[in-house]
Amino acid sequence: MSIVTVQLGQCGNQIGHEVFNAICSDVHGTHGLCSKKENESYHDACKERFFCEEESEVPIARAVLVDMEPKVISQTLSMAARSGYWKYDDRSHFCQKQGSGNNWANGYSVHGPRHKEVIMNLVQKEAEKCDRLGGFFTIMSMAGGTGSGLGAFVTQCLRDAFPTSFILNHVIWPYGTGEVIVQNYNSVLTLSHLYQSSDALLVHENDVIHKICAQLMNIKQISFRDVNQVIAHQLGSVFQPTYTAEGGLHYSRNPLGDLMETLVPHPEFKMLGLRNIPQMPENSLAYSTFSWPGLLKHLRQMLIANAKMEEGIDWQVQPPRLGSSLPSSHSTNRPLHFNTSIANLVILRGKDTHSVDLGSFRDPSLYTSWLNPQDAFNAWKTPRAFNKYEKSASLVSNSQFLLKPLDNVVGKAWNMFASKAYIHQYTKFGIEEEDFLDSFTALEQVISSYTIL
Amino acid sequence: MAQSVVVQVGQCGNQVGCRFWDLALREHAAVNKNGIYDEALSSFFRNVDTRSDGDGPGIYKGKICSLKARALLIDMEEGVVNEILQGPLRDVFDSKQLITDVSGSGNNWAVGHKLYGYQYRENIVEKLRKTAEHCDCLQCFFIIHSMGGGTGSGLGTFVLNVLEDEFPEVYRFVTSVYPSGEDDVITSPYNSVLAMKELNEHADCVLPIENESLFDIVNKIHQMISSGKLGSTVKQNSLVTSSAGSARTVQEKPFDAMNNIVANLLLNLTSSARFEGSLNMDLNEISMNLVPFPRLHYLVSSLTPLYTLADVNVPSRRLDQMFSDAFSRDHQLIQADPKHSLYLACALLVRGNVQVSDLRRNIERLKPSLHFVSWNQEGWKTGLCSVPPVGHSHSLLALANNTCVKPTFTALKDRFMKLYKKKAHLHHYLHIDGMEQSCFSEAISSLSDLIEEYNELDATKGGPRTDPSRLQIAL
Repeated sequence: MSIVTVQLGQCGNQIGHEVFNAICSDVHGTHGLCSKKENESYHDACKERFFCEEESEVPIARAVLVDMEPKVISQTLSMAARSGYWKYDDRSHFCQKQGSGNNWANGYSVHGPRHKEVIMNLVQKEAEKCDRLGGFFTIMSMAGGTGSGLGAFVTQCLRDAFPTSFILNHVIWPYGTGEVIVQNYNSVLTLSHLYQSSDALLVHENDVIHKICAQLMNIKQISFRDVNQVIAHQLGSVFQPTYTAEGGLHYSRNPLGDLMETLVPHPEFKMLGLRNIPQMPENSLAYSTFSWPGLLKHLRQMLIANAKMEEGIDWQVQPPRLGSSLPSSHSTNRPLHFNTSIANLVILRGKDTHSVDLGSFRDPSLYTSWLNPQDAFNAWKTPRAFNKYEKSASLVSNSQFLLKPLDNVVGKAWNMFASKAYIHQYTKFGIEEEDFLDSFTALEQVISSYTIL
Repeated sequence: MAQSVVVQVGQCGNQVGCRFWDLALREHAAVNKNGIYDEALSSFFRNVDTRSDGDGPGIYKGKICSLKARALLIDMEEGVVNEILQGPLRDVFDSKQLITDVSGSGNNWAVGHKLYGYQYRENIVEKLRKTAEHCDCLQCFFIIHSMGGGTGSGLGTFVLNVLEDEFPEVYRFVTSVYPSGEDDVITSPYNSVLAMKELNEHADCVLPIENESLFDIVNKIHQMISSGKLGSTVKQNSLVTSSAGSARTVQEKPFDAMNNIVANLLLNLTSSARFEGSLNMDLNEISMNLVPFPRLHYLVSSLTPLYTLADVNVPSRRLDQMFSDAFSRDHQLIQADPKHSLYLACALLVRGNVQVSDLRRNIERLKPSLHFVSWNQEGWKTGLCSVPPVGHSHSLLALANNTCVKPTFTALKDRFMKLYKKKAHLHHYLHIDGMEQSCFSEAISSLSDLIEEYNELDATKGGPRTDPSRLQIAL
């Protein structure tokens, strides 16, 4: 089944381009450390998911590019074509002239309805090119106006037009100290609206990725391109083909469906965090070896202690001992900084994945009590190495990972809202104070739900 | 890409405007090596076939034929505009973009606004419509004028009103040169305060400029160069005051250096809208992020660096110095010290070889020494444009919505009251049709209200911070 990617706004388009780059270079540019047959299966599965192949042409990404101003899309299209390994469909994009001015209301209430037909036509065309549609993957930032506002509107349209398809929103959390002054308003409005139409939100925080670039990748002058490449690597580690069943013979063909099934048992809990290890500069790869027990120990502790990367993990945090506590766990029973999970997914790529012991992730004390620990945890594997890493482990987690960032954003937005600053910019385009209050209420509900896990 | 139209009014407006067009051509020439008419050029220039009249249909792609500025030149005297039309920029303007008269406004806002406004309204609207028709997506009007005289101040603000009536959806950015205390025009306080009311009510963003600050910057540069403190030579075309490399070659007029600073301000302001970058900042984003309440739309600007040295390798310490300078009082374009006042919002637009980590590092470094209003503690808007200005490898434009504008307004109010109490020169204004005493009282009242809003904000500075309590969810 194929995934149609919708790239929204400057951020969405810049990241989308890096994602397709990463996927392509993984498939073509790296060895894979496995048999030829394995490689071919991987290649075919990947192609089916992300690319459309015309005869004698390079693979064409299954993507729709949307932006309200032209510079980024024209850059993205030309950079992709120049790579020689893949490109976008020349007609599969839509842009306007003026941009959304970082105004969510402009993106949602003005640009959305105005351009709905054109955009949905492009999406429909891409969907029709798929033999079987596996769902939609949208990439957007929350801070600006187009990705956030128009993105929320488009997600709603996708839900209306494709009621049974899976929709996964990849959302970029902006730097805490400003990229955009009204970013907290835009974020609150985006998240509350996405929560209604999306199946799950997969989040990347700029601050976190920036730290990874600085401390793990040793990049001195970090550019947005560097940040986007790390994000693309992490996304690739989730979406490249895997075997989802133990002893499976074929690569899974329904990645979005599988993801939702394993991670989103309840519609109130849609916030997914992503961790990937190891991360290091490319030129160090040749000198490093890792063992699965070592990697998994780190990954598990990152989960428990809510560490954002594999350095600086707090090893003191431990799950509480179960036994005498009541079946329905209250937050008072757990140490405050322990990260409780609803469901987790570990993805292993590379050598010797068949012999890995994942028992530590099945420990019931990591989870809430709703799901059987057997159901709360899943693992996908492939012997095919990813992107030059001999071994690579990813964790996609529906847990309290994003509770604190969410609480922060809502807190700052509320603080600003209390003074009514900037509200006139939104009411100008039809988003009233009532709409803000509805969004705040919806998100406080989500925060509350995640807090009492 | 969206287009902008520049409306330059009065002597000051036209002189600054002239420098702007000159430096804009220089900037685009440096970037656009192939002579192709691209989207970046189209934001300020039309491309026309010179064989037909200047009014011919625009050529949207392909080679540059003849570039025409998207501008309207208005002056009630002919001297300045005529000079422009005889100078090296004559081909950039066509005769249909001008509105001139002969006798001037006599440094009288009422003559500019009420008399000439009424007389030329139709002509102005018609010419504006024409320039708008040449744009496929008009985003912004830039008005350039001074506040102290008669034409720029009076007719300039009249045009502002017209723009709001005729093109309500298009942004109005106004660059206003405020008179200094020792201004030789006696009635400049009247003119300025009457104009302020219009700016309060009809402008989206105002960039106030004070001649004293421009003068100080020019002097500072002169001193640095002549003192020989700079080890290597300074790149001539990098001076923020220089016209080097532009169309005007030899004789620089006295105000050219100062006006070049303002021209560079406008170029930097629009750079991220015209050129690519990893984090674009368009004009509508500037208005969105820097104007938290409709009337508080006065932005203090600063440009760094003022010059570059000829040696190209810039260690990051020098880069950090650029950020520090942007907040120092010497680099502000009005007499103000933002560091010791309260920030409502701040925007940093970086051009050239600067990455997001440099931006973050400097924001973290400078933040603790700056005071931000309680509801916008992290109120930074940032933009990264890949194309540096001519002669530089990187540059920074800082825009601050800061209570440090208050002293400028208070001083203006005081000078106004000094004259008004004695009713000095009022008769020159009141005998103009449409002018009444109430115009004055309303204007000073509008200014007082604005000052009061800044006072209230200042009162919150440094006070105890109580965050409003959050919504409670019933479990």
